[in-house]
Amino acid sequence: MSVAVFTFYLFAICTITGGLFTVISRNPVHSVLWLILAFLSSAGLFVLLGAEFVAMLLIIVYVGAVAVLFLFVVMMLDIDFAELKAEMAKYMPLALLIGLVLLMQFTMAFGVWEASDKAAGLRDAVTPTDAHNTEALGLLLYDKYFLIFQLSGLILLVAMIGAIVLTLRHRTDVKRQDVMAQMHRDPAKAMELKDVKPGQGL
Amino acid sequence: METLILFAPLVGALIGGFGWRLTGERAAMWITTGLLFVACAFSWIVFLTHDGVTEKIQLLRWIESGSLSTDWAIRMDRLTAIMLIVITTVSALVHLYSFGYMADDPQWKEGESYKPRFFAYLSFFTFAMLMLVTSDNLVQMFFGWEGVGVASYLLIGFYYRKPTANAAAIKAFVVNRVGDFGFALGIFGLYYLTDSVKFDDIFAAAPALAETTVHFLWADWNAANLIAVLLFIGAMGKSAQLFLHTWLPDAMEGPTPVSALIHAATMVTAGVFLVCRMSPLMEYAPEATAFITILGATTAFVAATIGLVQNDIKRVIAYSTMSQLGYMFVAAGVGAYSVAMFHLFTHAFFKAMLFLGAGSVIHAMHHEQDMRNYGGLRKKIPYTFAAMLIGTLAITGVGIPLTGWIGFAGFASKDAVIESAFAADPMGYAFWMLVIAALFTSFYSWRLMFLTFFGKPRGDKHTHEHAHESPMVMLVPLGVLAVGSIFAGAIWYSSFFGKTNEIASFFGVPYAEASEHGEAKDDHGEAKDDHAAPKDDKKKKTSYAFTGKPGEGAIYTGKDNHVIHDAHYVPTWVKLSPFIAMVIGFLMAMCFYIWDPKMPKRTMEHNRPLYNFLLNKWYFDELYDAIFVKPASMIGRFFWKRGDGDVIDGTLNGVAMGIVPFFTRLAGRAQSGYIFTYAFAMVIGILVLVTWMTFSGGAQ
Amino acid sequence: MIQADLNIIMPEIILSLFAIGALLGAVYTSKDKMGPMLVWATAGVFLALALWIGVNGQGTNPAFGGMFVDDAFSRFAKVAILLSSAAVLVMSQEYMQRKGLLRFEYPVLVALSVVGMMVMVSAGDLMTLYMGLELQSLALYVVASLRRDSARSTEAGLKYFVLGALSSGLLLYGASLTYGFAGTTLFSGIIQTATEGHTSIGLLFGLVFIIAGLAFKVSAVPFHMWTPDVYEGSPTPVTAFFATAPKIAAMALFARVLHDAFGSAVSDWSQIIALLSVVSMFLGAFAAIGQTNIKRLMAFSSIAHMGYALMGLAAGTVLGVQAMLVYMAIYVTMNIGTFAFILSMQKDGQAVTDIGSLNQYAKREPGKALAMLILLFSMAGVPPMVGFFGKFYVLRAAYDAGLAWLAIAGVIASVIGAYYYLRIVFYMYFGEVPDETLDKSHSPVLWGFLMASAAIMVLGLVNLFGIEGAAAAAAATLVN
Repeated sequence: MSVAVFTFYLFAICTITGGLFTVISRNPVHSVLWLILAFLSSAGLFVLLGAEFVAMLLIIVYVGAVAVLFLFVVMMLDIDFAELKAEMAKYMPLALLIGLVLLMQFTMAFGVWEASDKAAGLRDAVTPTDAHNTEALGLLLYDKYFLIFQLSGLILLVAMIGAIVLTLRHRTDVKRQDVMAQMHRDPAKAMELKDVKPGQGL
Repeated sequence: METLILFAPLVGALIGGFGWRLTGERAAMWITTGLLFVACAFSWIVFLTHDGVTEKIQLLRWIESGSLSTDWAIRMDRLTAIMLIVITTVSALVHLYSFGYMADDPQWKEGESYKPRFFAYLSFFTFAMLMLVTSDNLVQMFFGWEGVGVASYLLIGFYYRKPTANAAAIKAFVVNRVGDFGFALGIFGLYYLTDSVKFDDIFAAAPALAETTVHFLWADWNAANLIAVLLFIGAMGKSAQLFLHTWLPDAMEGPTPVSALIHAATMVTAGVFLVCRMSPLMEYAPEATAFITILGATTAFVAATIGLVQNDIKRVIAYSTMSQLGYMFVAAGVGAYSVAMFHLFTHAFFKAMLFLGAGSVIHAMHHEQDMRNYGGLRKKIPYTFAAMLIGTLAITGVGIPLTGWIGFAGFASKDAVIESAFAADPMGYAFWMLVIAALFTSFYSWRLMFLTFFGKPRGDKHTHEHAHESPMVMLVPLGVLAVGSIFAGAIWYSSFFGKTNEIASFFGVPYAEASEHGEAKDDHGEAKDDHAAPKDDKKKKTSYAFTGKPGEGAIYTGKDNHVIHDAHYVPTWVKLSPFIAMVIGFLMAMCFYIWDPKMPKRTMEHNRPLYNFLLNKWYFDELYDAIFVKPASMIGRFFWKRGDGDVIDGTLNGVAMGIVPFFTRLAGRAQSGYIFTYAFAMVIGILVLVTWMTFSGGAQ
Repeated sequence: MIQADLNIIMPEIILSLFAIGALLGAVYTSKDKMGPMLVWATAGVFLALALWIGVNGQGTNPAFGGMFVDDAFSRFAKVAILLSSAAVLVMSQEYMQRKGLLRFEYPVLVALSVVGMMVMVSAGDLMTLYMGLELQSLALYVVASLRRDSARSTEAGLKYFVLGALSSGLLLYGASLTYGFAGTTLFSGIIQTATEGHTSIGLLFGLVFIIAGLAFKVSAVPFHMWTPDVYEGSPTPVTAFFATAPKIAAMALFARVLHDAFGSAVSDWSQIIALLSVVSMFLGAFAAIGQTNIKRLMAFSSIAHMGYALMGLAAGTVLGVQAMLVYMAIYVTMNIGTFAFILSMQKDGQAVTDIGSLNQYAKREPGKALAMLILLFSMAGVPPMVGFFGKFYVLRAAYDAGLAWLAIAGVIASVIGAYYYLRIVFYMYFGEVPDETLDKSHSPVLWGFLMASAAIMVLGLVNLFGIEGAAAAAAATLVN
C-alpha cells in the first residue's frame, strides 16, 4: 500500500464519518463541526486527484465562509433539536430498513459496475498535466463551459434578488434620519410658546 | 307522382298527429282521409298506366359509409304497383270507414281527443307500408318494415286503457322482433356476401350465391338457401306464419278498422311481398322454397282448424287471414309468385271487407264480439249482411268450376294456388293441406254467417232490439270493397295466372318462344291460348317461356320453373277439388247451424279433447309461455334483482361510497403538512423505483 | 464559433438582459411603482420572443458543443412557455396590485425563471439541464413566498425549497451515476455509450434518480407532496404560474432527457414512467375529491393531468411525445382559463377559495358560469370539448405502444376524476342557496382570458388550431 492509497482511504473514511456524524450527532454545533471535517477531508481528496485549486476553494469558501456562517446561524436560532430528534426516532426503524434495502441494492449495483467502453475516451476535462490548475479551470469556465458559467451567474443573481425580496422591509413606522428635513428646519416654527395662566388650564 | 303517393300519407300523419290543434279535429281527419284518397287515385293511375318496365326514382342519398351505400329511392315495377293500389285503396276506405266506427268510442270520456291520433297512426302506417313496398334496397325496406311494426304496435294498443290491448301490442311487437332478427341477419348476410344492399346488385349476384357456401353457427350452408330462410323468418313474423303467428289473433284487440287495414289486407302480406320481391334469390334456393311451401301449407291447415271453433267474430276472421296467408306462401314457395301476388291482391279486398263487415256488426251490437250472442241479424242490418255474404262467397271461392275465372275473387286466386301446388308436387303434402283447409275455410266462414245472421237472436235482448244499420260512411267502403271482391279475380285473372307471355308482359319480365325449353316435349308442351277452355289443348300454339336474368322485371322465374304453365294442365279432378271442398264445407255448416242447431254441442261433447285442443289454438300460447316467456322473465328477474340490483348497483355504490372515499381519506391523511413526511414519501418512491429497476432492468 | 453559438441562444440572452435591465431600472427609479408597467413590459417581451422563436426558428442548431440545442421540439416548448407565462403575468397584475404584492422584482423573477425554463427545454447536457432547472426553481421558490407576511406563503416557499433541494440532490446523484457510466454529461455522448451492448445497471440507477428529480418538478406521485401545500399557500397568480409554464418546461425536459440521452433504454424507463403515470392519475383523482379549497383541488387536478401527460411519454414513441405535447398545450390553456376564474373569485375584496362559495353561481353570472362549465367539462375529458381530444391522444399513444392496461387505467381514473370537476358544476348550477355570495368581478382581463380559454375548448375541436402538426414535427425531431 502506497502512501497515496493510504491517504485516499484515510480521507475517504474521514469524509464518510464526518457525514454520518453530521446527521446523527445530538448537538447541532457538533453537527456543523463534523461537517467541516467532511469538507476538509474532501479537500484532501481533491488534492490527491491533483485538483489543488478546487481543494483550496473548498477550504476557503466552504470551510472558511459557509460552514462558519452555518455555525453562527445554528447558534443563533433557538431550535429544540431534541424534539425534532424524538420525532425522528419514531421513524427510525423504517428509515433504517429503507436505508438497508437501498444500501444492498447499491452494493449490488456497484458490484457489477461497469463503465462504458467509450467512457474513458469521452471523459471531459481530465486534470491537465501540462498546465496549472487555475489556468485549466479558467479555460474551461470561460471557453468550454461559458454557457453554464453564465447561467450560474444568473442563478446567483436570482438568489440575491430572492434574499432581498424576502427580507428587505421598508417600514413606515420606523423613524429614519432625513438630512434635508433637518437642514431646512425652521427654528422659529419648531417651538411655540403658550402663555398659560395659572389656575385656568388650556 | 310516385313521390306524391309516398308522401301524402306522411303529410297526413303529421297533420293528424301534430297539426290538429291548429286545424281542429274534423278538419284534420278530413285532410288525412282526403290525402289518402288522392294517393289512392294516383296509385290506380300508376297501376293502370304502368307498362311493366322497372324504373327507379331516387329521392335522396341516405347512408354512405365505406362500401355501404343506401339511397332513398322508389323502385317502380309491377309488384310495387300492385302493392300501391292494395295499400292505398284499403287504407283510404278504412280512413273513411273510421269516421263512422270511431265516432264515439266508449273507451274515451267526453271531451278527450283521440280521433286525430287514430287517423295519424293510420296515415303513418300507410306511409311506412308504402316505404316498404317502394324501396329499392333492403335497408329502406327494413325501415318501412319496422315502421309498420311501430304503427301496428301503436294501433293494437290504441285502447291503452285496456290491459289486454297493451299486452297484445307488446306481444305483437316482441314476436315480430324474433322475425325481424332473422330478417336483419338476412340483410347482414346479403351485405356480407354481395357487398351491397341494393336489390339490383343482390339479384345479379343471386346465381353466384347459389354456388357459395357460408359458415353460420355450427355448419356450412348454401348461401342462397341460408339467406332465403333468414329472410323468410322475417316474413314469418310479419305474416304470422306458424310458430310466429301467436300475435295475430291477439292483435284483434285493436279497433276493427285497424284489423282490416293492417292485420288483414296490408301489413301481414308484407312477408309474401318480401318473398316475391326476392324471387330472384328464392329461385336459387330450392331447399328454402320447399321449407316455405311446407310451412305455408301447415299454417293454412292449422289456422283453419283453429278457426273452426273460435267464438269471437274477429278471431275467426283473424285465423282465416292466417290461413289465407299460408296459401300465399305455398304459391310463392312453389315458384308461382304471380299467383301469390294474385291471392294477396284479391284477399286484400275480401278480407278487408269481411273485417269491415264484422266491424259493422260489432258496431251494430254495441261492441259485442261473441258470435254466440248474435243470431238473426240479417233483417236488422241488411246491407252489412249483403256485404258479408259477398265476402264469404269470395273467400270460400264460389265460382263456376272449370272456367277458372268466372267467379268471385277468391275463386280465381285460391284455385290458382291449389293448382299451382299440385303442379309443383302432384298429390303432395301442400296440395292436400290446402284442399282440406279450403273445406275448413268454407265451414268456418259459413258458420260465422249462420251464427251471426241466421237463426234466433241469442244474447242480450236489449242489444238486439237496438241493433241498427251502420251509417253511410261505413257502408260506402263496404260497397266499394264488395265490387272488388266480386270482380278483382275475374278481371286480372289472365294478368296474374294467364299465359306465360301475358304474365311476363304484365310483370315486365322478358320472355321468348319456348323452343329450347324442355317442356316442349311434354304432353302439354304446347301452351294453350285460353286456359278457361282446357279442352282445346290439342290446338298448336306458340309457347312462351320466361327469360331474362335475375333482377329484370318485377319477378324472376327460373329456367326450370314451369309451375304456372303446368298448373293449367292439372287433371280435372284437381281443378274441381277446391270447389267440392267448398261445397262440403258449406253443407256441413248448414247441417250444424241451420238444420240441426243441437249438433255442434253433441259433436263437441263427443270430441271434447279435440275441441279443447282447437279452442285453445293448439296450445301454442301455453307452450310458448312455458318455454320462452316464463324462463325469460325468470332470467330477467334474476338479472334485474341479482345482476343489476346487487352486482352492478352494489358494486358501483360500493366503489363510489366505500372505496373512493377510503382512498380519498387515505390521500388526505398522507398530506400531513410536515416536510419530513413529504421527503419520506419521495425516498420511498425512490426505493420502489430502484427496486423495480433491480428486478426488471437489472436482471438482464 | 462563439458568435454562432450566441446567435442560437439570442432569445435567452435578450430575456436575461431585459430582466437585468428592468431590475436596475426599477431599483434606480421609482421601484415598486414600476411594477404594473414592468408586468406588461415583461409580458410584451415574452410575446415578442414567442413570435420570434415561432416564426424565425428553423432546423436543428446545436450550440456550445451540443450543450444547448435549438430544435423544433424546444421551439414548440418555448413558445408554449412564453405564451402561457405572458398570459399568467397579465392576469396576475390586478390581483397582485390589490394585495400589495406587485413588487417590481416579481416580473423580473418570472422573467429569469422563464430563462431557466428555456434553457431546460433546450438542454443537451446534464449540466445545462441542472443549471436551467435550478435557475427556474430558485426563482419559483422566491415567488412562492412572495407574500412574506403570510405564514402560509412563507411555509409554501420553504417547503418547496427544502423538497426541491432534495429532488435536486437526487437528480445530481443520478447525473453522477450516469457520468460514472458514460464518462460524459452530453446527451449525445450518453446515448452513444448506452446504445452498444446491454444497458448497465449503473446507468439504469442513474436514470431512476434523474427521473425522480424530474418527477418532482412535474409533481408526479410520489414526488408530488409539495404541490397542494405550495399551490394553496402561494398567492393565486403564482399558483397559476406554477400550474402552467414550469409544468411544460419540466415535461419537455423529461421528454428530452428520456429520448435524447436514454433513447436506447426505452423499455426500461417506459415501465417506470407508466408506473408514475398510473399512480399520479389515481392519486390526483382520489385526493381531489376530498378538497374544498379550489386551489388545492387544482393542485391534485394538475397531478392527475401530469399523470396523463406522462402516459404519452410512457409510450416511448413519436406519437407518444406528440400526444404529450398536445396534451400539455391543452392543459395549459384550460388552466389559464380556470385560474382566470379563480382569480376573479372574491368577496369584499378578499380572495375566496372555498368551492362552497360557488353555490348558485350560475344564477348570478350565467356567462362566466357557462365558460367555467365548459372548462371543467374539458378538464374532465367530456367529449365535445378539446380536453377530451388531449386525453384521447395520450390514450391512443399508450394503446398503440402496447400499454393497453395503462390506457384502461387512465379511462378509469378519468371517470373517478370527473366527479370533482362535475361537483363544481353541480354547485354552480344546482347548489343550495349560499349564505353569502361572491362579488361581481369587473376585471376585463380575467373575463377575457376565461372566455377565450372556454371558446378555445369548444372551437378547438375543429382541428385543435393546427397544434397537432406542430407537435408532430416537434416530436419527430426528438425521437429517432
